[in-house]
Amino acid sequence: MKTLAWALRSLARDLRAGELTVLVAAVVVAVTAITAVGFFTDRVARAIRQQASAVLAADLVIRSPEPVARVFLDEAHALGLRTAEAIAFPSVVLAGDEASSLATIEGVGAGYPLRGEIRVSTQMFGTTTVADGVPARGEAWAEPGLLGQLGVDVGAAVQVGTRTLVITRVLEYQPDQNPGFANLAPSLLVNIDDVAEMDVIRPGSRVTFRQLYAGEEAALAGFRARVGPRLGSEAAFRDQKDAGEQINAAIDRAQGFLTLASLVTVVLAAVATAMAARLYALRHLDTVALMKSMGATQVFIERSSLAQLIAIVLGTSLAGSVLGYAAQGVLARLSVGLLQIELPPSTVTPAWLGVLTSTTVVIGFALPHLWALKRTPPLRVLRHDLPPPALATGVTYAIALGALFGMIYAIVRDLKLVGVVVGGLLALACLAGLAGFGLVRLAARFRGVAGVAWRYGIANISRRGGESVIQIVGFGLGLMVLLLLTVVRTDLLAAWQRTIPPDAPNYFLINIDPPSWPALRKFIEGELGGRPSALPFIRGRLIAIGGIPVQDLAITDPQGLSFIRREQNITWTAELPASNAVRAGTWWGAGHRGEPQVSLEEGVARGLGVSVGDTLTFNVGGEEFTAPVTSIRHVQWDSFAPNFYLMLSPGLAEELPQTYIASFYVAPEKRRLLNSLVRQFPGVTVFDLEAILAQVRMIVDRASAAVQYVFLFTLLAGVMVLLAAVQVTRDERRFESAILRALGADRRTILQGVAAEFTTLGALAGALAAFGATAIGLVLAERVFDLEFRISPWLWPAGLLFGSALVGLTGTLATRKAVNESPVVTLREA
Amino acid sequence: MQDRKLDGIVLRTQGLGKQVSSPEGQLTILDDVDLEIRAGESVALVGPSGAGKTTLLALLAGLDQPSRGQVWLCGEDLTTLDEDGRARLRGRRVGFVFQSFHLVPSLTALENVMLPLELAGRADAAVRAREVLDAVGLTSRLSHYPKQLSGGEKQRVAIARAFVTRPEVLFADEPTGNLDTASGERVADLLFGLNRQARTTLVLVTHERDLARRCDRVIEIVAGRLVT
Ligand SMILES: Nc1ncnc2c1ncn2[C@@H]1O[C@H](COP(=O)(O)OP(=O)(O)OP(=O)(O)O)[C@@H](O)[C@H]1O
Ligand SMILES: [Mg+2]
Repeated sequence: MKTLAWALRSLARDLRAGELTVLVAAVVVAVTAITAVGFFTDRVARAIRQQASAVLAADLVIRSPEPVARVFLDEAHALGLRTAEAIAFPSVVLAGDEASSLATIEGVGAGYPLRGEIRVSTQMFGTTTVADGVPARGEAWAEPGLLGQLGVDVGAAVQVGTRTLVITRVLEYQPDQNPGFANLAPSLLVNIDDVAEMDVIRPGSRVTFRQLYAGEEAALAGFRARVGPRLGSEAAFRDQKDAGEQINAAIDRAQGFLTLASLVTVVLAAVATAMAARLYALRHLDTVALMKSMGATQVFIERSSLAQLIAIVLGTSLAGSVLGYAAQGVLARLSVGLLQIELPPSTVTPAWLGVLTSTTVVIGFALPHLWALKRTPPLRVLRHDLPPPALATGVTYAIALGALFGMIYAIVRDLKLVGVVVGGLLALACLAGLAGFGLVRLAARFRGVAGVAWRYGIANISRRGGESVIQIVGFGLGLMVLLLLTVVRTDLLAAWQRTIPPDAPNYFLINIDPPSWPALRKFIEGELGGRPSALPFIRGRLIAIGGIPVQDLAITDPQGLSFIRREQNITWTAELPASNAVRAGTWWGAGHRGEPQVSLEEGVARGLGVSVGDTLTFNVGGEEFTAPVTSIRHVQWDSFAPNFYLMLSPGLAEELPQTYIASFYVAPEKRRLLNSLVRQFPGVTVFDLEAILAQVRMIVDRASAAVQYVFLFTLLAGVMVLLAAVQVTRDERRFESAILRALGADRRTILQGVAAEFTTLGALAGALAAFGATAIGLVLAERVFDLEFRISPWLWPAGLLFGSALVGLTGTLATRKAVNESPVVTLREA
Repeated sequence: MQDRKLDGIVLRTQGLGKQVSSPEGQLTILDDVDLEIRAGESVALVGPSGAGKTTLLALLAGLDQPSRGQVWLCGEDLTTLDEDGRARLRGRRVGFVFQSFHLVPSLTALENVMLPLELAGRADAAVRAREVLDAVGLTSRLSHYPKQLSGGEKQRVAIARAFVTRPEVLFADEPTGNLDTASGERVADLLFGLNRQARTTLVLVTHERDLARRCDRVIEIVAGRLVT
């Protein structure tokens, strides 16, 4: 009790005296940043996920081959959710007497789609508008492919089963499509109430029943939890995560960038805190020695330091969280125009991150220094030159970094990202430390070369020794982050935007009969100006792994389950496509012939529990074959090239009946010509990827904008480190300049010396920072974000100039007050 | 061991020695010091610079540990206590005044004087501190920070701080060393006044003859040995 009272009282006094300003500010910045980023990222991520909902037409979908119990809809209404229903099944569509085509009939009910929009036009490849509602009874909206195959246009009457419908719109885009093109036939969108009158659904028909839900996250989660156990084995939920690999990949990257921002902020704040705490401890050696001479025991000092730190943790957590919340509000308001999405309200979850951050940073990085204070020898009151106890050692820092690493990992759950950032910062810190020692050594020999100011400044670097090294590390880290955030950030984001080139394929053709390919290709190259790439493919089902039938395997992973339930598209190729990278095993060589081999996408491999060496058995059109898995691939799904979960080595599959898939880019002005393509090659199905492409582009653009804002906080943390580094030698400088001035040196000479010292430190730190920023940028791009990164040629000159100018200027400015202060005042201080 | 306080001896050393290791090998800075100081006595430790005065003072106050011999402070053998034990003993029985004052720069004069009372967990710290600051004539300087005080004023604050716990022994290492004659005089007056009033034992190191002459006894040290 006595200890606590004392601890709080002396904490209040230290705060009042400004002894703790930098330390507390650094922790508050960390907490503010992490909570603001947390609050904001939370909201942005949810907003982006809502974009994914638009693709799904709902937040949550129940799909089933059997009719879904209607009570679910009532339960959903009771929870305040909006609902809609849809039915899809393949059926023959007749137009007139002779034209007929297989189509996917999509019966949709009122309210559909709950998220996103249906886009239609009044003529083939005409201007599209957002549909108002769903088709009225007796009306149908047909995809261009279907119209092409039937040889009819808007206004024609078509027949499905016993029901006659009038085509009133061309269906240009409909959400809730499976971008994996499982349903091969083009769609005919009708009113759900017309479906029963068609009289085509029989037992055994391939029907997919869907119930769509949208609403509050909590209500959805509650609904899911209640309904889940009663779904039955055939029905399954689909949510944003199933919205398609392309969108997911984009969202993942967006979250990666946002997380990166908060991560770097925390590490930097930790560095600033450690530096500030070290300074605080050094300044308090005498006070502690004095307290000991007055009877304070080690336990007392230990406990009171701990109590003070806990008070600091609580205070900074509170202040930082409040500030963070306020800041994200500003951030959200600022970014609404730019992001063009309405942000959902923020949750309180990120607040605990603030407490966690503050605890880790303070306990991990400030405590070791203050803990060491208790070992101050009391004899220091009589012998001031007595060496202070060793402050935080490598071991304590290792523990602190471990704790920080653990905390960040707990938040981010991405070992690679955390590893690259923490490892990179650590490596740079070590490098800067080494370089600092080098400079200190070198500076010692450098005397007597330049003018007085430079001589004095550079001599100071070597004289300060350890202090200079600490400053170089601090400046290096601070500058590296500034560089990362200025130069590298734009490069990374540009690289991200480049992943979807302006001429990314926006049309897919499937069901191409191999003999018709040369003519089709000529048409695409000639009329459409596209450069198509084509791959052969077959559809097959995985029936056994390692000889054991899949139904006997205990596969629980949703991705694995959905993989074995459906027929899959399988291609074969000699060359590894550009958007794929082998992660395990080896790719068969270009000239490979002979026994077939399989290459599996990594997500599916994980879902199935399959690794290199396992054998897979497939059924393709009644024929079975078995092949070993020789490689596992990472697929860049947002490349928009035709990508496959399954790839075979050339050879065996070529014998099987196959079709081609082709993808190419068509400029907007040539889109109308697709009409004649459909008429000329009626067997071919056209997939329009424009909508998904636009969706992904939008996510990339909006997320990039959000990242820019979030990085502002990281910037602030970088500045805190610089500030803390400048402070390291502040006291010494004040004293020195007072003595020098008392001895007759004029202020200008002293300031020039200070400027020379900081400029030299800044130049070295800047060069190191450029090196670090390049390395981290490179590793981030290639290893974490899967991007092609071009190093900016400006990085090195920017690092050098920026470093020497910024550090030189801030260092000098920060010291100016000390230099200007009357030497009498300084020398009189106790 | 009989109780030393009974015969009025607050400080006693026996065969006290201190060695330090230096680049030139073992260096004996204090050798075979035997002395006894009675309660209420004022003693001056004098001697040339580097003779070992500060070293002896540190050993007597338990701030440092001897290489040889023993020290009894208020009846307790310091060599049997650990650092915390010695600290607790100091907290109860000992006060310090230093040549360079050692006021905490971030605390006001009043807070500096309150410091030892607060460390002892005394609730009346502010009241007591104010009384003692009154006694040293600094009533009007309570809320001033050290940098706003003159050297003499700082040392008076330091004396107030040393006396506020009513210690049995007060150690002073060159208390007037940084002061001009007039201020030094005033500080000395205070020290001896309090020594008389509160019967506080005063052990001070000084180079100043006048100050040494005012003490009951003068102990001279040369090259780490007492001169008798
Ligand atoms: N830790 C140490 N290491 C090496 N030498 C030391 C140490 N402590 C004290 N000395 C040396 O011991 C000798 C006595 O020092 P001490 O400070 O006790 O002298 P002093 O009598 O107080 O001198 P002054 O009057 O100058 O204050 C000096 O020569 C000093 O340099
Ligand atoms: Mg001395």
